[in-house]
Amino acid sequence: MIHDFGVVWSERALLLSGLANTAILSTLSAIAALLLGFIVTPALMSKHPAVAGAARVFVDGMRCVPFLLFAYIVYYGFPSFGVRLDNWTSGLAALTIYNAAYMAEILRGAWVVQPREPIEAGVAFGFSEIGLFRRIILPPLLLSAGPVIGNQMIQIIKDSAFLTIIALPELTHAASSIQSRHYVPFAAFITAVFLYWGLCLVIEAGVSSIGRVAEARR
Amino acid sequence: MSGGDITAILQGAIVTVMLSLVGILIGLPIGLGLALLRWARVPIASGVVTVYVSVLRATPLVTLLLLLFFALPNIGLPINPISAAILALVMNTSAFNCEVWRSALVNFPKDQYEAAQSVGMRGGQRFRRIVLPQIVRVSLPGLVNEMSLLIKVTPVLAVVGVVDITRAAVRIGAQTYEPLPPLLVAVALYAPIVFALVSLQRWIERRQIAAEFAA
Repeated sequence: MIHDFGVVWSERALLLSGLANTAILSTLSAIAALLLGFIVTPALMSKHPAVAGAARVFVDGMRCVPFLLFAYIVYYGFPSFGVRLDNWTSGLAALTIYNAAYMAEILRGAWVVQPREPIEAGVAFGFSEIGLFRRIILPPLLLSAGPVIGNQMIQIIKDSAFLTIIALPELTHAASSIQSRHYVPFAAFITAVFLYWGLCLVIEAGVSSIGRVAEARR
Repeated sequence: MSGGDITAILQGAIVTVMLSLVGILIGLPIGLGLALLRWARVPIASGVVTVYVSVLRATPLVTLLLLLFFALPNIGLPINPISAAILALVMNTSAFNCEVWRSALVNFPKDQYEAAQSVGMRGGQRFRRIVLPQIVRVSLPGLVNEMSLLIKVTPVLAVVGVVDITRAAVRIGAQTYEPLPPLLVAVALYAPIVFALVSLQRWIERRQIAAEFAA
């Protein structure tokens, strides 16, 4: 058993590059999904029934489709439309589009419970549209949505493991290839499990510090 | 895509639904048991449960499944794909269920518990007649949400060779060189199941809010 972990240690470079790829993939798609969410959320609450309806279909549709199936559709199905993406691009695109739906719903939830008074006060003080959004609307919105966005971030990290099936060299893929070359399944995968746990603990720590900032500002 | 292909995907659907049901039915009581261990602050066990839940909630199902499928035979426990799939689903969902149950238990009003004690109910009776019916109601939306999440991670089971909806669809796509139609059939099977659960969850929540207003 000790020997098995020695084998994993000798392959640490591969494992660490897998961990780095998982972190990069999750961070990039979380940021992109959040930005996309900022576009979809106003559409969800739009007064035009067609716009609101289309956004609702997108959000509910994504929430009803398993991520793995969606990743398959992007990777294997899109070439039917003449869109051929490599595994990195399709993995990133799948993670981003899928989670944008969740981010939009999270932001909408945080938006509906925001008090209206500070915004009206901001308008009365003559803030420009962009200034109002950046200084008055955005900070409390992000602070109150922070914990839920953090949970979604953990979900993104776990979803990124599914991308191992389209041969994206992330953490699970690295563990898999170590196990298949040296036949040390327990050592390889348990190490991966603890690395995922570590990533999630980092995010949880980040979320609780956001929570403290929000508490201090109240 | 032929009629036989559709049948193959539908057979996959039966596997998906059966595995999900088994996972849910075993995972629910185990989650409750784990939550009770933490709630009652059983020494050592509650600490173990805390770590178990934290690790399992952070572990992707693919990684857990590969670990079980390849490592258990290595330590002398032969396991077939279906058992590995069920074990992985149960371990995963019980950790999430534990948190749902536990938050209901933590918020359970203490005075009711003390009232039950003062009228001379035993521990088992208190739990069955006073605590359980109420925490089931509170936990229900969270548990239904977890069920829809469970169904959404089942495609991962294909990795160890379980032929579910997704695996059947991908296999047909590889045979016909037209991957999109079978994948869309798969979407058409998953979406209603998950949508039904999501709607059920919203309906329960609305009904509970309405009941609170009426009270």
